[in-house]
Amino acid sequence: MFSALANPLRFMAFSRWAAPLLGVLATGLIGSGLWLGLNAPPDYQQGETVKIMFIHVPAAWTSMLAYACLGGASFVSLVFRHALADAAAKAVAPLGAAFTAIALITGSLWGRPMWGAWWVWGDARLVSVLVLLLLFVGYMALRASIDDEARGARAAEILALVGLINLPIVKFSVEWWNTLHQGESIMRAGGSTLAPVYLTPLLLAGAGYAAAFGALWLERIRAEVWRRRATSLALRAALA
Amino acid sequence: MIGQALSAGKYAAFVWPAYGVSVLGFAWMIVDTLARAHRWRRRVDRLERSKEP
Repeated sequence: MFSALANPLRFMAFSRWAAPLLGVLATGLIGSGLWLGLNAPPDYQQGETVKIMFIHVPAAWTSMLAYACLGGASFVSLVFRHALADAAAKAVAPLGAAFTAIALITGSLWGRPMWGAWWVWGDARLVSVLVLLLLFVGYMALRASIDDEARGARAAEILALVGLINLPIVKFSVEWWNTLHQGESIMRAGGSTLAPVYLTPLLLAGAGYAAAFGALWLERIRAEVWRRRATSLALRAALA
Repeated sequence: MIGQALSAGKYAAFVWPAYGVSVLGFAWMIVDTLARAHRWRRRVDRLERSKEP
């Protein structure tokens, strides 16, 4: 499937219907997940702040998914010099930065009433997610700072690949270090420790965020393909 | 149902700003993405039309 979509014409034909379809799917999944989540009973420890979990955790998952996509697209672009992979890498970075910022801010709004602090510098999970945000911002800044677009892309893609090391650090930070952030409670050996009344809406919202990310990413890749086409047409017109 | 969904008790000052930030984040992503796609598509259309004899 991926090799078929590597052709820009086939990709544009596919994404033309796939992006809106994913958008509709995302609306349904996020809507139903949040409706069930907002109507879930208050948690015996967290009280009503548990409602923040249904937007914070999916944003955090999606930020990691976005970085994995950035790393994958950068690898394909660097190794195979594939223009569509480069467009995909460029398109995913702003989305990843936005999802990471949402995860950090909503996490901070949860942490203040639960931990008594907006931010804890000694917490490995918090700091590694902040590093994730800086990697997205650094990727965009490095790309934009070099006039030669191809050289800027190469430099930014190398940074993206180096930054992949941060993904396992984010994931396992709560196991490798003593953190204030609670440990893994969903994707763990022996099954989730979360009650179904919270787990179901969380998984629905998580799937919805992933679908929304997919829809937005496809549309941004389409925009980048059009931008390159416009640049090439303008250049040809200028030379004619 | 709606009353329970909107009830956040003493934590309302933390819960609703969190939802507000998420809505703003999604709104920015959607508007920026669609505006970008619309702008470049129109530019390509214009350049292709101007190429025609």
